Amino acid sequence: MKKFKLLWNFMKGNRSLYVISILAVGAAIFLRFAWPMVLRVTIDSIIGNKPIETSGWMQPVIIRVFDLLGGKSVLEKSLWMSSIILILLTLSRGIFIFFKGKWSAIASESIARKIRNDVYDHLQYLPYDYHVKAKTGDLIQRCTSDVETIRGFLSMQLVEVGRAIFMLFFALSFMLPMSVEMTLVSLSLVPFIFVFAVVFFIKVKTAFKASDESEGRLSTVLQENLSGVRVVRAFARQKYEIDKFDERNVEYRNLTYKLIRLLAWYWSVSDFLSLIQIIAVTVLGTYWAASGIITLGTLLAFTSYVGMLLWPVRQLGRVLTDMGKALVSIERIQEILNEPIEDMDEGISKVKIEGNIEFKNVSFYYEEGHLILENVSFKVKKGQTVAILGPTGSGKSTLVGLLPRLYDNQKGTVKIDGIDVKKISKRVLRENIGIVLQEPFLFSKTLKDNIRLATTEAEEKEIFEAAKIASVHDVIRSFEDGYDTAVGEKGVTLSGGQKQRVAIARTIINGSPILIFDDSLSAVDTETDAAIRRRLKKLKNKATTFIISHRLITLAEADMILVLDQGKIVQQGTHLELIGQEGLYERVWAIQNSLEEELSLEDEGLRESLENDENLKIS
Amino acid sequence: MHSAFEEKKYSKKFDLVLWKKLLKFCIPYKKKMILLGLFMLALAGVDVLFPLMSRYAIDNYVIPGNTDGILWYGLVFLGLVAIQALNIFFFIDIAGKIETHLTYDIRKKGFLHLQELSFNYYDKTPVGWLMARMTSDSQRLGSFISWGLVDMVWGGSLMILIAVIMLILNLKLALITLTVVPVLVVMSIYFQKLILKAYRKVRKTNSKITGAFNEGITGAKTTKTLVRESENLKEFQVHTSQMYRSSVRAAILSSLYLPAILTLGSIGTGLALWFGGEGVMAGIVTYGTMVLFISYSVQFFEPLREMARVFAELQNAQASAERIFSMIDEVPQIKDNSQVTCEFGSIMKMKQENWPDIEGRITFDNVTFSYKEGENILENFQLDIKAGETIALVGETGSGKSTLVNLACRFYEPNEGSIKIDGIDYRERSMLWLHSNLGYVLQTPHLFSGSIKENIAYGRLDASNEEIITAAKLVDAHGFIKKMKNGYESEVGEGGAKLSTGEKQLISFARAILTDPRIFVLDEATSSVDTETEQLIQKAIHTVLEGRTSFIIAHRLSTIRSADRILVIKNGKITEHGNHKELIKQKGYYYNLYTNQFMDEQKSIVLNA
Repeated sequence: MKKFKLLWNFMKGNRSLYVISILAVGAAIFLRFAWPMVLRVTIDSIIGNKPIETSGWMQPVIIRVFDLLGGKSVLEKSLWMSSIILILLTLSRGIFIFFKGKWSAIASESIARKIRNDVYDHLQYLPYDYHVKAKTGDLIQRCTSDVETIRGFLSMQLVEVGRAIFMLFFALSFMLPMSVEMTLVSLSLVPFIFVFAVVFFIKVKTAFKASDESEGRLSTVLQENLSGVRVVRAFARQKYEIDKFDERNVEYRNLTYKLIRLLAWYWSVSDFLSLIQIIAVTVLGTYWAASGIITLGTLLAFTSYVGMLLWPVRQLGRVLTDMGKALVSIERIQEILNEPIEDMDEGISKVKIEGNIEFKNVSFYYEEGHLILENVSFKVKKGQTVAILGPTGSGKSTLVGLLPRLYDNQKGTVKIDGIDVKKISKRVLRENIGIVLQEPFLFSKTLKDNIRLATTEAEEKEIFEAAKIASVHDVIRSFEDGYDTAVGEKGVTLSGGQKQRVAIARTIINGSPILIFDDSLSAVDTETDAAIRRRLKKLKNKATTFIISHRLITLAEADMILVLDQGKIVQQGTHLELIGQEGLYERVWAIQNSLEEELSLEDEGLRESLENDENLKIS
Repeated sequence: MHSAFEEKKYSKKFDLVLWKKLLKFCIPYKKKMILLGLFMLALAGVDVLFPLMSRYAIDNYVIPGNTDGILWYGLVFLGLVAIQALNIFFFIDIAGKIETHLTYDIRKKGFLHLQELSFNYYDKTPVGWLMARMTSDSQRLGSFISWGLVDMVWGGSLMILIAVIMLILNLKLALITLTVVPVLVVMSIYFQKLILKAYRKVRKTNSKITGAFNEGITGAKTTKTLVRESENLKEFQVHTSQMYRSSVRAAILSSLYLPAILTLGSIGTGLALWFGGEGVMAGIVTYGTMVLFISYSVQFFEPLREMARVFAELQNAQASAERIFSMIDEVPQIKDNSQVTCEFGSIMKMKQENWPDIEGRITFDNVTFSYKEGENILENFQLDIKAGETIALVGETGSGKSTLVNLACRFYEPNEGSIKIDGIDYRERSMLWLHSNLGYVLQTPHLFSGSIKENIAYGRLDASNEEIITAAKLVDAHGFIKKMKNGYESEVGEGGAKLSTGEKQLISFARAILTDPRIFVLDEATSSVDTETEQLIQKAIHTVLEGRTSFIIAHRLSTIRSADRILVIKNGKITEHGNHKELIKQKGYYYNLYTNQFMDEQKSIVLNA
């Protein structure tokens, strides 16, 4: 029931559209049931000579219209009037069918649109950490195929339930007054057909699943073969692959065939039962009609009604199983929507950030007792550059992530211009702190749009300026379409260093007072790295800058160096201070000496070897 | 090398040649298809009989008020119903069989051909495109042929039968009732085409939404740092609103079609009632006949709708067929000539007994090569590699290192000149022979779903358990494999997803060494793994290269340093060559590369100590 509640919630805003769609279905069904009544009167009382039947709630209307049009004497000479009424009935039924289709499409599509937008929006506001840990494939699956399942159910199946109920209601109200016996005969097999349909569709679910899973295995083999074509060829395993694929191909073929065979059983048995129902009505009806108990028109009306009833009854089994699927999908979507999101605007929103930073006894952990950052304290003045050095997993990224509140520390305080960052709204922080991630993500837009991602209204001049600072202007110019070159599948593939530089350009274009480079110059060569940093320093409002890097020159030029190990700051100071201390920083610097040693050793060895080695000539 | 792949536009006209090709796939099912046709004919026949049965009942029992023999009537009716149920069972069964088997055949043929196509095809064709041909397109063709046949035979014969019976029973009434048919046919085909087109647009928009979700989710971290959430949503809403519009449009079109065809059809029914009724009153037409005409006029429209749908789908099916055949008809760029195939065997039937032993000497003799005409990557290239020698290739990404490897492995062939293995042009030997003597480790290791054991055994299918374990031990993979819950039987997951990159690399070494190849090609990984695994991998590399002719696209210093010769490749040319010491002396590209690399490696050692 909880799931139905979820479904009901999703339908908010479109419920009335559904109600009128279902009412339209009801109207269409009513008109469809009225059709045989007109035929009945025409055959029995206009063409034939029988008096019009009086029992039945529609009969007074029919009699009124009959008399209004002039009674039998007029009507039998202008039979076309009956035909016109039949056509008009169909036309108005068609109008209802059309509106039902239109309204239910509008309702289900706007629900689908709402779900898509809501999920997308919700995902974006989920905390940073959620996305670090997220299983992308599963999320995309939920956003696409689960939404599609719900949409399919809402657009096709939901109204079907309404149809079946109306169908039964009208069937009984039209049939019973004509003949109770015939009604009983007409409905005698319906429960069995219904139960058979439901049972079948529940059973056939496993066959559907088996076939789907087999298809999945087939695609996996195919996918792995195609993407691993080098391995296949290099090991000359074509025959092996062909056999492997054939095995899956046969399996999928057989399981699908098995499924179709099951459907063949279903349709033949269910058609057989339905046709038996029709025979029963026709033969018994003929007998009663021949005996004068019912009229020919009544017999024809009953045979029409039975035909109309059987199809929705058989569909209902399927609707019920599809409903099960849709409810599962709704739950999976709701799981995403239940994840708590970040509040971007809670806290101080009007503050001018200068860039003075203080960390005081800051600790951070995911699980208690397992500290990622421990008791970190340091101070940075506006405009200074801080370099951070440390092994993988020492907490460098987490440390800088505390500033724009991608993470919130549990102990201690992080202050910007003397204000605890937790008191400032995330929006303000992130708008004022530019952070370039280690593996930047470029969107599939033009390079220009990628650079002005955060400041949509940036002018071309500013874009060029940012690109020049990031040393990527000339690269972009060298592409055929320049700044209008698309990135991604349909455009150019950028190298790691080019991507990093575009990401830098899009970050600095904002002129943020605080900049963070999370190892984001690693794929850029040393000279370009230095050039970018030099240009940043020359800017008018020099930003307070954090750089996570292993490059010696980058470290040496910083105003302050933090050496991080296992979440603790083990060393802190300027290059000159640290170079004289025993520690990690000094050891990293010593590598340069070892290189010189290594090369001079090589030289000695080289001299020796050259003297007695003749085999090194290349042909 | 990778040119942007462009989907060519497909013609809209009926393509006879194409359908003839397709017909070849149907030959094995000729008998089944004829049988299916017969069942559909029978189905239509009985469908036509039901209203005739009602006519009989009306004219012989109801109107004269006679009940004699009605039991017999019921029994005959029952017989017809039983026959119809059997018809239904068999037609679904046979059509299903044809559909699944045809799809199977198309896939099989496609896969077989894909195993023969050369790398030039793979380089220019995205995997996703190939996947779509092998899955949805072949599926669509299979179901179009079988169920299209069902609908065409059933629909066609049902409409013809109805028309004929009507014409026989009452020519004038039949002609009057059938006047609406031409309009219906034209309208149906027109509508079905519109509907199909509208739904195609829906599918296109849908794939855009999938793409947007993909980007939104993978780019979420970036979005956060740039505070771009609301902008992104705005852009996303453009897609969802587009989806809303095109879906509603498609739905409206299809909900317009049914009422239109129903109303038009009811004109036919009205005509039957009007003129039939007058006939009854004049005593020319029986009640039964009039009712029959009314029933037929209603019954006429379902087959019409189905046939219109088949016609509309024809275009889609043809596009699928064109795409599949463009793949199947592609001629492999590199293949053994018939003489070679005759002597050394083919993919399906290798003649290993005729394969000569291999020493491992590789000679590039005056090789000129280009991926694209006019853009030579190599020109008059000379290189002689002795058996057992290790060659390291260094240079920037895209410099042409992999071209050399591709040529040596005969994934591509030289445009001019020749490549000789043990002094004989490799085109005079079979590709399979060369590849069977080849060990190949890719930069990003590719594993197949299945157990670790199966993945190692990919190197030699008949390897015993002991041999597999020995190979794993040689490359120090045994340790981590043993630690896993199911040891060698552990599943690696799709593409090896359950293993770490380092573990995958070790497995791919074990797999290569099991082949005991004479020639080894290694594209060294650049991705970093933890120090311990890194050391294992380094050790594995040295073990594997021992005594084999090897080509290494190298990134790690120890690998490069220990090579017999180092080639520095820049823009497809060898700019520096020699051993480590010589190249250091030159103080050129290699010198820079080496010193930078040295610093990086040392730093990571110091930092992670």
